Amino acid sequence: MSGDQPDDLRSINVREAPPDDPGEIMTGLPHAREIGMRLHHSKNGQALLSVGYDARLVGDPASGVLHGGVVTALLDTACGSAVMSMPHKLKAVATLDLRIDYMRPATTGETVFASAECYRMTRSIGFARAVAYHQDPDDPIASAAGAFMIDRPKDKPEGSGS
Amino acid sequence: MSKIDAQAKLETERDAALAALTDAVPYNRFIGVRFDRLGDELTARLPFSEPLVGNPFLPAIHGGVTGAFLEITALMQLAWDRAWVIMETGGEAADHILDGQFPPMPKTIDITIDYLRSGRPRETFARAKVQKSGRRVANLHVEAWQDTRERPIAMLRGNFLMPSDPES
Repeated sequence: MSGDQPDDLRSINVREAPPDDPGEIMTGLPHAREIGMRLHHSKNGQALLSVGYDARLVGDPASGVLHGGVVTALLDTACGSAVMSMPHKLKAVATLDLRIDYMRPATTGETVFASAECYRMTRSIGFARAVAYHQDPDDPIASAAGAFMIDRPKDKPEGSGS
Repeated sequence: MSKIDAQAKLETERDAALAALTDAVPYNRFIGVRFDRLGDELTARLPFSEPLVGNPFLPAIHGGVTGAFLEITALMQLAWDRAWVIMETGGEAADHILDGQFPPMPKTIDITIDYLRSGRPRETFARAKVQKSGRRVANLHVEAWQDTRERPIAMLRGNFLMPSDPES
C-alpha cells in the first residue's frame, strides 16, 4: 500500500477523476454514462460521484424532482466504486443487496452527489455505505448500505496489492 | 349505448389512463418501462435496450436500472390502485383522471433490493404485491424476472409514504 491516507471526501474539490481511477470502470458503464454520472474521486475504499439535473430523469412531473430510481442507480454505483477502489486490485464487483433510506426529495435543478465508503472487506464480500446530498453530506437526500460480491485476482496472495 | 359497448368503452378508458399515468413520469419514458393490465393487476415490462447495460462483457443490465425498475413498479402499483378506486367511484375526480390529471405520486421511504441473478440482455418483467396499505404508509414486495417467473432476478421490499388527501 502507498502511504496515502483515505481522503476526507468533504474536503475534496469536485473534479473529474483521472482515467486510471479504479472507479472509472463503474462510471464508464453504458447506463452510468447514459444518465450522465460523473466520477470525481475513488481511492482506498472511498468514492465521490454525481448526477447532474436532467429533465429526462424526473420522477414527479408536478415538482420536477429526480426519480428515486436515479438516486438508487447513483448510490449503487457509488458503493460499487468504493469497493472497486480498495487496494486489492479487484477484477469486478456485483451488488448482492442494497438498502436505501430516503430522507427528503432532491431539489429540482441541483446536482446530486453520492459519497461512498467501503468499510469492510472479507474474502468474497465488500461492505459499503453511501450518502446522497446536494451540498452538505449532513443534510442527506438518501443513505444506502449494501453488500457486494467481489472478484479477486487469483494469481496474487491477499494483501500484496499496490 | 349497449352494456357491451359501455364495457368496451370502460376498458379503453382504463388502458388510456394507465398509459397516461406511465408516461406522465419522464423517467418511466427514459428507461422505457411499460405496463400490461389484466383487470386491476399490473405487470411491468422493461424491454432491453443498449443504454440499460451495466456490464458490457457479460452483458448484463445495470443493477441500478433493475433497482429503479422495481421501485417504479411499486410506485406505479400504488398510484394505479388509487386511480382505479377513483375511476370506479366516478364523478368529478374520475373525470380528472380521464383528462390525465392524477393524484400526487406516493414517495419512497425506504427500499431493500436483493439481487439474485444477473439481468440478461432481454425483456424483464415485474409484479408488485401490496402487503399492507395504510392511510399513511404502504408496504410492498416486488419481484422481477426474465424468462422464468420462478427464477426472479431481483426482489424489492419497501415502505412508501401515501400522499395525504387534500379533502380530508
